[in-house]
Amino acid sequence: MDWVNAVIQGVLVGGLYALFACGLSLMFGVMKVVNLAHGDLAVIGGYLAVGVIAVTHVPVLLSFLVVVPLMAILGYVLQRTVIQAALNRSVLTTLIVTFGLSVVIENGLLQFVNANSHSLGTGNAIITDSFQIGSQIQIAYLDLLIFAVAVVVLLGLQYFLSRAKYGRLIRAVADDREAAQLSGVDYRHVFGIAAALAFSTAALAGIAYGMYSQFAPTTGTDTILLFAFAAVVIGGLGSLWGTLVGGVVLGVAQLVGSQINSSDGLLAGYIVFLAVLVVRPQGLVARRAQS
Amino acid sequence: MTGQPASGTPQNGSALLEVSDLVVYHGQLKAIDQVSFRVFPGEVYAFIGANGAGKSTLLRTIAGLHRPSTGSIRFDGRDVTRLRPERRATAGLGMVPEGRRLFPSLTLEENLLVGASYARRGEWGIERVYELFPWMRERRNQRTEQMSGGEQQSVAIGRALVANPRVLLLDELSLGLAPVVVQRIYAMLPEILATGLTAVIVEQDVSQALRVASHIHCLLEGRTTLQGTPAQVTAAQVEAAYFGLAQTPPGAGPAEQGSAQHGPAQDGSAT
Repeated sequence: MDWVNAVIQGVLVGGLYALFACGLSLMFGVMKVVNLAHGDLAVIGGYLAVGVIAVTHVPVLLSFLVVVPLMAILGYVLQRTVIQAALNRSVLTTLIVTFGLSVVIENGLLQFVNANSHSLGTGNAIITDSFQIGSQIQIAYLDLLIFAVAVVVLLGLQYFLSRAKYGRLIRAVADDREAAQLSGVDYRHVFGIAAALAFSTAALAGIAYGMYSQFAPTTGTDTILLFAFAAVVIGGLGSLWGTLVGGVVLGVAQLVGSQINSSDGLLAGYIVFLAVLVVRPQGLVARRAQS
Repeated sequence: MTGQPASGTPQNGSALLEVSDLVVYHGQLKAIDQVSFRVFPGEVYAFIGANGAGKSTLLRTIAGLHRPSTGSIRFDGRDVTRLRPERRATAGLGMVPEGRRLFPSLTLEENLLVGASYARRGEWGIERVYELFPWMRERRNQRTEQMSGGEQQSVAIGRALVANPRVLLLDELSLGLAPVVVQRIYAMLPEILATGLTAVIVEQDVSQALRVASHIHCLLEGRTTLQGTPAQVTAAQVEAAYFGLAQTPPGAGPAEQGSAQHGPAQDGSAT
């Protein structure tokens, strides 16, 4: 029964990892930018939520209404300025620039916030509660909620990409930037929109992580970015649903691993990650389903 | 001669597209060297020339995908030389790029929808394209990857048309297509142009170009070697201009220096 419990908890935390990963995957799929600052942006989302709650006293669950639009605007602006300037030089330059962004964000947070950990208390008894199945399996409503949010976010992205005008333009630009220009499409604007989406998902990931655990200025690179990378690689680069598969596989591997030996959870996750790289480097969900 | 909308040289009125002294480099290579021409409304202006003559580079430069080092491009009386490609497209310079360049992960209809995203007002719409190519209607939800070359070329033309361009740049329509298919696509050209479009085409098949064009312009290693209406030029002149043979026909301004610098032997083998 412990094993079943580990798998169930792993699946649920996999939703959180998918939330980490989908923005990273989107930015890579559309503009071939590997955003090394992705985890730090999620952490900024978390700190913004802390600030918004402190100032306005809105419930944690509603803080995203302010944080997500702010991060979307930040995404559009950063893409149109710093990241686009790097892209104009070469795709490799974007690696350096986003790495620099990551360093700037982490040190900025250390400077202006402090190194202490923060968490977002849900302050809501129903959410902090859990229910039992049988005698061994205990499922927290919060974990279930985060998983549901991840699925809804992925469904929403999928729907946007396949149905909305700008979703169509994002796919067109990802396919052939020049041909899109010949149809009058300003790909830089479309990139900006894709970045806004990616930053929005990062913000949600940061808020979710703050409720699930706690974050500090360095959490972005030492946890969120690493897990996001692992989920993207396991699931398959550029595939949206692949990030959910990847997140779930990573989550299950970690929790089953720590079931074997309580300190080996992370190790088990990375072993699966490496195994997938060796056996199926294109990821479990082959070929790009979307984006 | 079929499909010749403007008879003789339509030098009256103002040019819709005017290219002056254009020079374009590909790295060290001078791909376009001092090319000038004017295209008037209703014309079918055809560029001919061997592989590597610079025809596609010229068209891509007009569309904004390459930057000229000197020279200017005026469209509808306005200097567009520094304009971004998407701004030129929305101003009415449409292009069907070489190799079709459809969006492979999009369906046929989505390809057309992207073409229509920033369309000018006009008579072309997705429905109108379906009237022109009736087979598209029932296959509109298919991805274009699975379609034949001729079908893909039709989709590429449709994608350019739905933007309602005033000038349509057609780059190597016949590339990689069976002759029968090429005939079929060129047979549609008069119907397309009857809606008031002006066309600039690049074509390797000289006889095809002579059939549809109201004006031909021959390039050789980036330089103009011949231009005139199909009626004005003789087959011998075209051949000489195409392969860079010794005698230079009249009608081309800067051509005299051009021919002096070329060894004819190399050019002939380039085809």
